[in-house]
Amino acid sequence: MTLPPALARRSPDVKGERAPAVHRIEVWTSLGQVDSRSCAVTRLARANGVIGDVRAVAIYLIEGDLSQDELATVADSLLADPVTQSARIRAAGTQRADQSDVVDVVAIEVHPLAGVTDPAAESVQEAIAVLVGATVTVRTGERLEFRGVLREAARQFVERFMANAVIQSIHDGAYWPESLPHGHDYQLSIREVPIRALGDAALERMSREAHLFLSLDEMRAIQAEYRRLGREPREIELETLAQTWSEHCVHKTLKSQIAYTEPTGAGQGPSLLAHAQGKPGHSVDGATLRIDNLLKSTVAAATNALIGRIDPPAGCEWTRETAPIDWCLSVFVDNAGVIAFDDEHAVCFKAETHNRPSAIEPYGGAATGIGGCIRDVMGTGLSAKPIAATDVFCVAPVDTPTHEVPRGCLHPKRILSQVVAGVRDYGNRMGIPTVNGGVWQDARHIGNPLVFCGVIGVMPRSCVAGEPKRGDLIVALGGRTGRDGIHGATFSSAEVEHGHSTEFSHAVQIGNAITEKRALDAILEARDQPDGPLFDGITDCGAGGFSSAVGEMGKDLGATVHLEQAPTKYSGLSPTEVWISEAQERMVLAVPEGKLARLQSICDAHGCELSVLGTFGSDDGCIRLLWHGTEVGSLDTHFLHEGIPEPTRVAVWDPAYNAQFAPARSKKEAGPGLLGTVRTLLAHPNIASKAWIIRQYDHEVQGGTMVKPLQGVNAGPGDAAVMRPVVGSRRGLAIGNGLATGLAADPYLMTLAAVDECVRNLVCVGADPSRIAILDNFCWASCDDPRNLGGLVRAAAACLDAALAYRTPFISGKDSLKNQFRGDDGTLIQIPPTLLISGFGIVNDIEHACTMDAKRGGSALIAVGLTQPGMDGSVRATLNDGGSLEESMPVCDPVVGAATARAVAGLIRDGLVLSAHDCSEGGVLVAAAEMAFAGGLGVRVELGRVPHAPGTSREACAFGESPSRYLLEVDPARAAELSERLAGLPHAVIGNFTQEEAMELDGAVVAMRELRAAWESGSEAGS
Amino acid sequence: MNHAIDATSNHARHLTGDRLRALVVTAPGINCDRELGEAFAAAGAEPEFVLLDVLRREPSRIDAFDLIGLPGGFSFGDDVAAGRVMAALMRREVYPAMRAAIERGTPIICPCNGFQIAVQAGLLPGPVSTVHGGAWPDTPARPSMALSQNQSARFHDGWTRVEIPANTRCLWTAGLECTGDDALLPSAHGEGRFVTSEAELVRLESNGQVAIRYAAEANFNGSMGAVAGICDPSGLVFGLMPHPERYLHWTQHPWWTRMDRSWRATHEPLGLRMFRAAVAHVHRTQSGASSRSRSSMPRR
Repeated sequence: MTLPPALARRSPDVKGERAPAVHRIEVWTSLGQVDSRSCAVTRLARANGVIGDVRAVAIYLIEGDLSQDELATVADSLLADPVTQSARIRAAGTQRADQSDVVDVVAIEVHPLAGVTDPAAESVQEAIAVLVGATVTVRTGERLEFRGVLREAARQFVERFMANAVIQSIHDGAYWPESLPHGHDYQLSIREVPIRALGDAALERMSREAHLFLSLDEMRAIQAEYRRLGREPREIELETLAQTWSEHCVHKTLKSQIAYTEPTGAGQGPSLLAHAQGKPGHSVDGATLRIDNLLKSTVAAATNALIGRIDPPAGCEWTRETAPIDWCLSVFVDNAGVIAFDDEHAVCFKAETHNRPSAIEPYGGAATGIGGCIRDVMGTGLSAKPIAATDVFCVAPVDTPTHEVPRGCLHPKRILSQVVAGVRDYGNRMGIPTVNGGVWQDARHIGNPLVFCGVIGVMPRSCVAGEPKRGDLIVALGGRTGRDGIHGATFSSAEVEHGHSTEFSHAVQIGNAITEKRALDAILEARDQPDGPLFDGITDCGAGGFSSAVGEMGKDLGATVHLEQAPTKYSGLSPTEVWISEAQERMVLAVPEGKLARLQSICDAHGCELSVLGTFGSDDGCIRLLWHGTEVGSLDTHFLHEGIPEPTRVAVWDPAYNAQFAPARSKKEAGPGLLGTVRTLLAHPNIASKAWIIRQYDHEVQGGTMVKPLQGVNAGPGDAAVMRPVVGSRRGLAIGNGLATGLAADPYLMTLAAVDECVRNLVCVGADPSRIAILDNFCWASCDDPRNLGGLVRAAAACLDAALAYRTPFISGKDSLKNQFRGDDGTLIQIPPTLLISGFGIVNDIEHACTMDAKRGGSALIAVGLTQPGMDGSVRATLNDGGSLEESMPVCDPVVGAATARAVAGLIRDGLVLSAHDCSEGGVLVAAAEMAFAGGLGVRVELGRVPHAPGTSREACAFGESPSRYLLEVDPARAAELSERLAGLPHAVIGNFTQEEAMELDGAVVAMRELRAAWESGSEAGS
Repeated sequence: MNHAIDATSNHARHLTGDRLRALVVTAPGINCDRELGEAFAAAGAEPEFVLLDVLRREPSRIDAFDLIGLPGGFSFGDDVAAGRVMAALMRREVYPAMRAAIERGTPIICPCNGFQIAVQAGLLPGPVSTVHGGAWPDTPARPSMALSQNQSARFHDGWTRVEIPANTRCLWTAGLECTGDDALLPSAHGEGRFVTSEAELVRLESNGQVAIRYAAEANFNGSMGAVAGICDPSGLVFGLMPHPERYLHWTQHPWWTRMDRSWRATHEPLGLRMFRAAVAHVHRTQSGASSRSRSSMPRR
């Protein structure tokens, strides 16, 4: 709908004029009606020792001139439901009446802080403008009335569970201000920052105190540039450099030169020095391995070799004669990687982390994480339509005792439930199904939870690429610019310290999904015009805001930007704030002048705000920043994008140091007996049901989720999802991931296992392994420590080896390399090295997709792949008697892994497989139990038949997590045919499915119902 | 809106004489419009997507359509309550044209957010026979029912078993066979708990206005009378919390990989059959009035 003119520009307060009065409307659930919200809050309070009844009341503060009648209309027809609710209208001017608490009732209110996005308020404002034709300002809040609870206890509960001081204020009793906060006037002042005369210590201090987070080398490079220019930098220029050179934007660690050393003979994984010969960008210099541009020489080199841009590196299984992959359409250059889907369509995938904001404000952090990822897909090529999302969360155990949570950290249970809520509320509102994900719990995420969000999009192949042309208008579209999120990009370069959470609270934001949905609808309509897109280029405003978006789009052309033209949420923003704000839901388009009017009318129809900020193209290639015609900054795009120094970084592989990253032992008991352990493992948080998360996501919106995350009559854990990107086509797209943090003690082995797991997951639902593309997301503790960097180098090296072996090109990636927390007592908690491999693959015919639920009693259970003796990294090994197990890591041979994937995929394609399940966390018995209960069946297993290497214990056959293994359900009549086709690969019939609904293991029996209950118990524990 | 990709786009539209026209109303935050369009197309009607903003300015555009859908989603963010803002915007300018469409005999389906909007915009449960002689009022009636927060106070996505009451007068569901694994529909909402007065529930039940129910033990959101959907007294206007438009192909069923292939080949999913029933109804009523121009004359 069209934005009412009154709202198109909210007028700032003019000095001296009396602010309009604030009305307060409370919406109560009527007596006798079920009040789910109040019940939920009461449950949460009781679970946390606050025993009493809580009543939740919605509060609307409305500032504006409304008559009593108008207020009544707003209350009755907009704010309160006539059947279940009643409204109390408290007109302006009656503030002081009725403010005391009723006897026995303690009232506490939670309201968003000034400047924090309040989506409900924006909707109400808009509706009031239409309903009664009045321009008002609205803020929302919630009143919680506790009965039978002391004020102190109630307040503590609200502080801990219901509000976050970073974005909300807590009030005792009613919050009813005389006026709502507005902006103030802004007087231009151009601040120069003297830098040319500073010494090293002063440069470092400036970097830290001004939140630039640049290294000394980088500060020196900037100093040299301004000495060359013969002037001091202006604040806006320095800020732009800091944003552009931030770890978040430029991946400076992964792109640096590496000098890597490793001990001889120690550790389990292979030597990188021994295998460096013939690898791109690698050279051995005595005992040092030198790698030019780590990312380019490993992750990107794999893709370049696979698509035929460079020769296959030495040691490859395939040769120059192998036909290069021709379905990669855009890799590493755009906001998302793009591959061909069919002759007319392409699909793209982007995965990102939003760790820091989620640590401080998990709801907003996760919501804006998924929101940003969606915009990346909208900003790929000439825009793709998002069709699916993924999420993976790594948090500390949700049962961590409260007193073990360090000061300055939120409790992991709260973090997990809030990040889920954030993804839910943003993804569901956008209408994008979240179809795949995972949760990994490890105590070292206490200060650094990891929140990975991924988004997949589909676009016509004609829209795969776009770029701005000289003279195109710079058009900003979507949300308004506010002071929110300033310094988000540079914040990601900093280590989290206790105390950070308040210092950086402005880096935290709340999103408004509907603003983004309006922009999406408008952009896709503008893209799909009969005569072609109405724009030449598009990108999103992510980290760094306009400075990154315009800087990136204008890097070859230069640009002139009139910063005062950007619509702002409130007045008083400085040009620097407009330029670097990371306010959500904004896109930047390059629009030919002649097409602007058509774009404007499309945007009007969708209620999406559009503003012209300037023009692409300048004579000297500079980006010139103006404020009402006055130049406030000028940036040389060459220095901005190429000027960052690339020092050589020292990386040391220290296996003994890295051993600390192996999973810690838990207090959970194994057994009794193998079947007792199966039950324990099924209830383990890293294995148990995630249904409580999955079901909060609308994972079926758009109607294209053909293989869902929960599978079978009893909704078992699927390996991957299958989407139908193109309506009317039978071709599908499988979406999955691999994460092997259990093997973090050697990131090389961990990475191979993660790629293998991702491929396995996709193959199990019917993906063609020759059409799989993958993405990397590295999350590491600080790589300023050469030993952490050593692990990162090994992970990158494994990316090259794995991608070449599986022929799965990396098409996009991201890193977050400062994930460590320093408590107020100085203790350093580093996360284990974490690499999420996200992947998608083509399913040639959705009708041939496969699920993990066992289909028939009597069919054979076949294990494919070899079980190794090593138990390290398995969930079983973390149980408290895990010490007796074989202490080595299972090793992934990617050549075998790839051959196994091809063989299994062929069997599935040809219809020989009734169900297929990846054998990963928990091992063979857990996977077999999951298949059986998902299908409402039982299973009988003979453990001795599991194909295993010499020296493998029964415990390892049962629970080991060796890579490259699958469980398949097969019609017994076809088992021989299947066995023939698996010739050369370890495989065996290890049992069969039964109608009995029991699991039978070498004569011992447990009811399936018990196992299923154990697995489902995770849902209650997590929620 | 992804015109280039969906087979059901406006651009791909080729109006032919006997294709019915289906209006799909969209608005900011509506996000199930494409699959609703796909459902109409699969049932043999031609979907067209029109923004609420356009309809509010030109309500007469509604007159040209043979079928109407109010899709699911989060209209205007569902910020105050689900469907509240969109309903408030529809009550004044759009209601009269919708009412005229119903009086003309136009089937209207309102899944999920559409249902939430319809009950607040005066489109459901429709006129009571004892009031104004059973005619639609000139201005939208005050809501007599609500779709409140689920009992769990949480959004829930899942397939649930449903039943179609034998006495329903809903033309979208009446007489549909609804058995076995096919008797499931997907739901995905946070506010779907049907609430009304006991008396109103009894009236709706006895008047055949309960169009679909959750089966025993499948009433996951705690709805009164396990009501999943209702219709107006004419049976034309159908609001329901589940999403029949997400159940047009067997491959959308949560355990389709367990179903017998030959059985799938000879049966149609429940969701698709609802749309087919409405399209067939329009064809039936129009052939009864074939001498008149289709879109401008009343059919009853």
